[in-house]
Amino acid sequence: MKAVSVFLVLGLVLFSGCAGKDSADLVIAGSTTVQPIVTRAAEVYSKEHPDTSIGVEGGGSGTGIRMVGEGSVAVGASSRELSSEEKRAHPDLTVNTIAIDCIAIVVNPSNNLSNSSLSLAEVRDIFSGKITNYKELGGPDRRIVLVEREDGSGTRSMFESMVMNNTDVSDAALQKPASGAIRFTVSGNENAIGYLGIGYLDGSIKPIAVNGVLPSEESVRAKSYPLSRDLYLITKGKPSGLAGEFIDYLLSDAGQDIVKEEGFIRLE
Amino acid sequence: MKKLFDQERVVGAALMVFSITALVILLLIMLFILDGGLPLFNKVSVSDFLLGDKWVPAKGLFGASQFIVAALLVTFGAILLSVPLGISCAVFLAEIAPGWAKRIVRPAIELLAGIPSIIYGVFALIIIVSLVRVTFNVATGETILAASIVLAIMILPIIISISQDSIESVPRLYKEGSYALGATDWQTIHRVLVPAAGPGIVAGIILAMGRAIGETMAVVLVIGNVEKMPAGLLDPGETLTSAILLEMGEAVVKSTHYNALFCLGLVPFILVLFMSVLSSRLTTKNKARFA
Repeated sequence: MKAVSVFLVLGLVLFSGCAGKDSADLVIAGSTTVQPIVTRAAEVYSKEHPDTSIGVEGGGSGTGIRMVGEGSVAVGASSRELSSEEKRAHPDLTVNTIAIDCIAIVVNPSNNLSNSSLSLAEVRDIFSGKITNYKELGGPDRRIVLVEREDGSGTRSMFESMVMNNTDVSDAALQKPASGAIRFTVSGNENAIGYLGIGYLDGSIKPIAVNGVLPSEESVRAKSYPLSRDLYLITKGKPSGLAGEFIDYLLSDAGQDIVKEEGFIRLE
Repeated sequence: MKKLFDQERVVGAALMVFSITALVILLLIMLFILDGGLPLFNKVSVSDFLLGDKWVPAKGLFGASQFIVAALLVTFGAILLSVPLGISCAVFLAEIAPGWAKRIVRPAIELLAGIPSIIYGVFALIIIVSLVRVTFNVATGETILAASIVLAIMILPIIISISQDSIESVPRLYKEGSYALGATDWQTIHRVLVPAAGPGIVAGIILAMGRAIGETMAVVLVIGNVEKMPAGLLDPGETLTSAILLEMGEAVVKSTHYNALFCLGLVPFILVLFMSVLSSRLTTKNKARFA
């Protein structure tokens, strides 16, 4: 059955559309939230060390943790902490914090909800399906279209634990396999509301203030914006060899500059 | 002469080994899917799986009927849209088109078959989804209809090529007989040629259905992926294959969730297998009729 999981992993790598080079000296797989940081850092690092090649793959936090646990990659990227089952299955994993992310609740720029602020309870009522029309929030008479991440996504598990508080997200929500897909859907549909990592904010969508605070570096650092989390690179045991050097690089000033450039928040 | 004979045998044997490899691979895949999927039924009954409509892996609920219904709706929608278009195009190419048009249109259609499905998906996400949303004034254009439309385009080449070949393989005698009786072109086409090519055309449609039911990438982008029983073509849904694509990355290997995803794969696998057998039977029958 080992063979089956190898095929599956191969398939997933292909699906994620960014298969690493066969000859990569170090492969990092997992969270699509962490991916832009690691990809950029790998590019810069390889330029400084021309004889090393680092492959970066997506797959989601769960896949990254599983792959590093099984030893098929040296480093797994995750946007959530290890679950208790994962800790039990792979007790030797080390979690290294490399950046801070924050989740933004986003709508289409033409949606006037972007000018107002929601409470966490209102966000919860919207996503649980209790509020289904923008007129209930003082907007026009339009149905709310919920857009969420797929089951198992790190962004989704963060959203569920920080916002939903044991309430289920409505089963009418559209599920998207990546943050970029959420942005695409919300930017193309004025009825849509979704959530994504702050690194994915751009002009095509607008963040909503939560409890009166807009997501930004300052508000996350000041802990006034409620939806933020740490991002991790996971290794088997203490990071060593190339993996250790790469993680050290990410934690250096130059590495943290990349974190910022990619739209995430530097570690203090 | 003896040497040549040996060479023939060696080549023959080699080819046979290669073709058996394909069969062995098919059998292995079938075994893997069964091995991955069947343990589900120790925990969940077959009827709960096929008829239940609540899919909540965390709570041990594995009802897949909404995925099956969505997959069938998408497939039939695609067939409904592509069959009239495909057969008309095949008739045009086989009977009406002047040589130069044939030389341009046929390769263009075959090219359509070679476009990767992700490209169709992105095209549909940008164009068709917006089109559906605006045309039908629905909250989101990510619907079963959008998936049907993109699938219809994707399966057109299969329907057109097979239908055209079937129409062209109707013996000349049939056509000449019809004209000799004083039938017009149109009467000949719809009373003689198309019915005579019928089994071949149906085989093409069945093959196209198999393609449609298994298509994943283009569908997952435009169907919305909502794990709820769709009420109609203008609702979002989630097909069997999109559920596998979305969840396989997270399912713990060998867990019930993992087994259930294999079972989701088993459903289209069995349907496609059945359709392929039916299709190849019809093709053989068609050939035998004109032999």
